[in-house]
Order: sequence, then C-alpha cells, then structure tokens
Amino acid sequence: MSAPPIIPTEETPKARHPMAEAWEMFRGNHAAMVALVVLTLIIITAIIGPYIYPTDPFDMVWAPFSPPGVDGFLLGTDYLGRDLMAALIHGARVSIVIGVAAAFMSVFIGVTVGALAGFYRGWVEELLMRITEFFQVLPTLLFAMVIVALFGASLPMITFAIGVVSWTAVARITRSEFLRIRELEYVTASRASGAKNGKLMFQIILPNALPPIIVQAALMVGSAILFEAGLSFLGLTDPNVVSWGQVIGSNRQYILDASYTVTIPGIAIFVTVLAISLVGDGLNDALNPKLRQR
Amino acid sequence: MATLQSLLMRIVYAVILLMAVLVLNFSMMHLAPGDVADTISQSMGGADQEILDQIRADYGLDQPFLVQLGSYMGKVLRFDLGYSFFYNTPVTQLILQRLPATLLLVFTAQILALFIGVILGVISARKPNGIASHFVTILALFGYSAPVFWTGILLLIGFSLNIQLFPVAGMRDVTIEGGFWVHFVDIVRHLVLPVITLGSIFLALYSRLARATMMEVLGSDYVRTAKAKGLSEREVVYKHALKNSLSPVITLAGLQFSAVISGAVLVEAVFSWPGLGTLAFQSIIARDTPTILGILFFSALVVIIGNLLTDIALRFVDPRVGGKG
Repeated sequence: MSAPPIIPTEETPKARHPMAEAWEMFRGNHAAMVALVVLTLIIITAIIGPYIYPTDPFDMVWAPFSPPGVDGFLLGTDYLGRDLMAALIHGARVSIVIGVAAAFMSVFIGVTVGALAGFYRGWVEELLMRITEFFQVLPTLLFAMVIVALFGASLPMITFAIGVVSWTAVARITRSEFLRIRELEYVTASRASGAKNGKLMFQIILPNALPPIIVQAALMVGSAILFEAGLSFLGLTDPNVVSWGQVIGSNRQYILDASYTVTIPGIAIFVTVLAISLVGDGLNDALNPKLRQR
Repeated sequence: MATLQSLLMRIVYAVILLMAVLVLNFSMMHLAPGDVADTISQSMGGADQEILDQIRADYGLDQPFLVQLGSYMGKVLRFDLGYSFFYNTPVTQLILQRLPATLLLVFTAQILALFIGVILGVISARKPNGIASHFVTILALFGYSAPVFWTGILLLIGFSLNIQLFPVAGMRDVTIEGGFWVHFVDIVRHLVLPVITLGSIFLALYSRLARATMMEVLGSDYVRTAKAKGLSEREVVYKHALKNSLSPVITLAGLQFSAVISGAVLVEAVFSWPGLGTLAFQSIIARDTPTILGILFFSALVVIIGNLLTDIALRFVDPRVGGKG
C-alpha cells in the first residue's frame, strides 16, 4: 500500500505558502465547507450550550414520553421525563471531548510506533509491526469493553481504552510515509550534514509525512465518537455524565412508545460524524492533491 | 510447495499471536482491582479474611503471577478455559453454545457485503455517473457515519414494529415446529435485519474500494489490449479486469474481521442475537472473569481464522501472492 513517489515538479515563480494553497482547495469543496460550518456549530454548542440551556439532563422535568414540540419541550422528554434537548446539548461535550482526546492519543501512539519502525527498519520495524498486527487481531470493541469494565468507567479510562485499540492505521500510514521519505535526497543531505536521529525523525521527516496523518487523524475523531457512542450505548460509560449513545441505550426499550428518544440522539451522532468525515475528505483533497487516495 | 510452506508459517505465527492474546488478557485481569474471591464472597453476601484466603488458595490465586499464567495457558491448550461462576458452566461449553450464532452473523454479513460490494463496484465503475455510482457514494458516507446500533434500531422500528415483516429479536422462534426447512426459513427471517445492519457498514467500504480499483484497472494497458483483441466488453470486465481488482478488496475484507466482530457485539445487543457479543456483555457486567477471557480468546481466534481464509482466497484470486507470508 505504499504511496507512489511524488515526482518533483518545477516550482512556480511566485511560490505561495502551502497552507494558503490548501485552504483555497478546501474552500472550493462545497460539501466540505458546509460540513465545516456544521461542525463549528456543534463545537460551539458543546462549549457554550450548557450555559445557555442549563436544564440538568438528569432532572425529571415533565411527564415521560412527551413528544417533540409539545408542552414547550422542543425535542420532547424521555421515559423518565427528562428533557431530551438538554441531553443532546450537554451530551455534545462528551462526544467531542472523547473523540478528540482519543484520536489525539491514538495518533500519538501510532506516529511514534510508525516513525520508529519506518526510520530504524530492521528488527525494530519487525517487532513494532508485529505488535501492530497483534492489535489488529484483537477485536477492538470487546477489548475496550473489558478495559472499561475492569478499570472503571470514567471518561479518562474510556478515552484511554479507545485510543489504545485504534492506533494501528496511523502506525501503518506513518511507517509507509517514513519508508518513502527517508530515501529522499533532502533527508540524505541532512543526514550527511550531521543531523541526529531524533532531529531527522521529528523535524525533517515527520513534517513532510504529516498530510496523510492529519487526514487520518480527522477520520479518527469520527470513529472515536462512534466508538464512544457504542460503549455508552452498552452502558459502559460514566453514569454521571450524559452522552448521546447513553441516551439511545437507556431509551431503547421504549421505542414502541417513543421512537424519537432513540432516533434524535442518533441523528446527532450521525450528523457530527458525517461532518467530520466530509471535512476529512476535503482535507484529503486539499493536502494530497497529487496522491489521489482511495 | 512454497505456498504450503508459507501457509504453515502463517499458521505457526497465528498460534504465537493467540498466545500473546492470552498473556495480555491474563495480565490485564490480574492488574484489575478485585478478583474471583471478591466476586464469590460478594455473591455469598460477604466473607471474612480467612474464607477469602481459603478461596484464593483453592483457585490458586495465592500463587505468583507467572505460575498462575503458566497454569492458565496450560489449561487453554487442553481447551479448558476455566469455569464460569456466574453461569455455573465450563467456559468452553458456554462459548461453544454461543459461537455458532456469532459465526453465522459475522460470516454471512462479511460474505454478502463482499459479494454485493464487488458487484456494485463493478457496475458503478463502468458507469461512473450512473445510479449505482451515486448509491455507492451515499452508502459510503452513511456506512461510515451512522452508529451501527442506531441503524439497527431504525431497521427494527421500520421493518419489525411498523411493517411487521421480520421478527423483533432472537435467532429462532421456539414455538415453531417442523422439519429442517421450516427451521431454516425461521433462522433466515431472524437473520435478515442483523445482517443488513452489520453488512451495510462493510458493504460501503468494499463497494467504494471495488469501484476505485476497477476504474484503475479498466484504464490500464492490458485491458485496452484485451479490448483490441476483439473481446466483448462483458468478457473484458468479468474475465480480465475483475480478477485483478478483487485482491485489494479481499485484502481489505481480511483486515476488517476484528471490526466486524466489534460491530457484531453491538448488533447482537440490538437484536438480542444469542451470540458471543451478548455473552460478553452479560459477563462483563457480572465480572465473570474466566468467561470474558475465554470470549476475547475465541474472538481473536475467529479474527485469525478469518485472516487465514482471506489469505487462501487471495492465493486463489491472485497466484502472485504467496511468496512472502
């Protein structure tokens, strides 16, 4: 799966900052732009929403199963008469925070493993790639369930569990980028001028390996959100913190009486992850214009 | 001969991987706060230190870590995964009861997703602006972004509760009597919604990749040669191009096995499918350590067997594969 080598092209006379170029590409992608706006709105909701809409999502505020729009509850109430709107707004935090934190963690592990493997080659690579393969064999959700169940369902532990099972793709991408870039002339030149291994890895090779890693990281946020939703759907979540998956899980026995209690939080997850993946696609086109990835 | 040897190497390697899974799982259980003695004493309504020590001695929990690990591994090699205190059954028996349901769900979903995915990919590669191609694009977005348990519940609401086409839960209807075919049809009816739920994610993945590789292959030189030779479009696509665009898709499918099992856990929870996922969930809640260990072991085994099967399938499709394991 190694990427084809980039053929160096003639620099245009007035070279612009690569980020400016990428932003222009990204702006041309309408789906990605819309998704970015939606995502920004969701993030703003997660940050300031709870202050604007302070209703406690665990409080019984009205009769159970009040449908959306009736009695002044925009999204209705659930089986315990809790305000669904409050659950959505307060739950956004958990999804976003865990999604970003878990993705950050898996990118950190994946980049470290992939960089060491791709840079040192030999037995280091062999060992690290075997470990990566080992983590690919473990059924991720089951493994994360066990971690959360054994060591306690706190948000940091959930983040850890998700991060520790989902870094393998990043490691593979990083490794193949390192394998490609380490042979390029400018790396040989820096090596010849006496750059130390650490500098070569993280200051010289890594910046050029970043574009596909950034794209993967964006997608990881989406899959971490799905992962968290799955765990909390199963009830493996901090019971004192509301989250979207948890709302679906606790209301699913009542789909006959009130299917909206399940469909609405699901739409929230769906829209968030969809927005992230569209932004990821846009980033991919903007950052890797030459490598048309699958 | 070389193929056989490399296949053997893969099997040896698979065994090593499984051992590693055992060591990791066991260490994790060991690290976790609380042990079997605590669980048993809790179910007895509390016990004093003397009894706790007695239980620990009975189960060998007072032995050093490595001794415990060694005896556990030794037992596993004899297919003894311990005893479930929660279900009062040997774990192996418990798992073997549930395994067929999970295997049925996982493999049906995988094979159907692969099969339909490739067909969709081929159709949409031939007409990049056709309906199939747009369907693949939308499916890919949906399959990636929708939480699988939510899709399952939506299907349940739509096709079990509103339109009562399929049963709501379980794998079979115990009240049904009849011969083999009656039961077969019954299980298939129960299987439809879980398989669609689980399969749709992977269908999205495979059809997208199949379309991309097919388009790449259709633009290559040897396809042009085949066309120039006077072969019909059909023959070119299905005899020449398809074979070469299959292997990336099969490789991807092999890498997805652990994800399929993860999905199956959630799908089983939604449809009360009597498989390993449901068992895993119940035993995690009950802190039934031997059962959890056993399930992790068996699901890793399923992933590894899935990978081996993928490998064999790849060799079938592409004879160039096989030199390196």
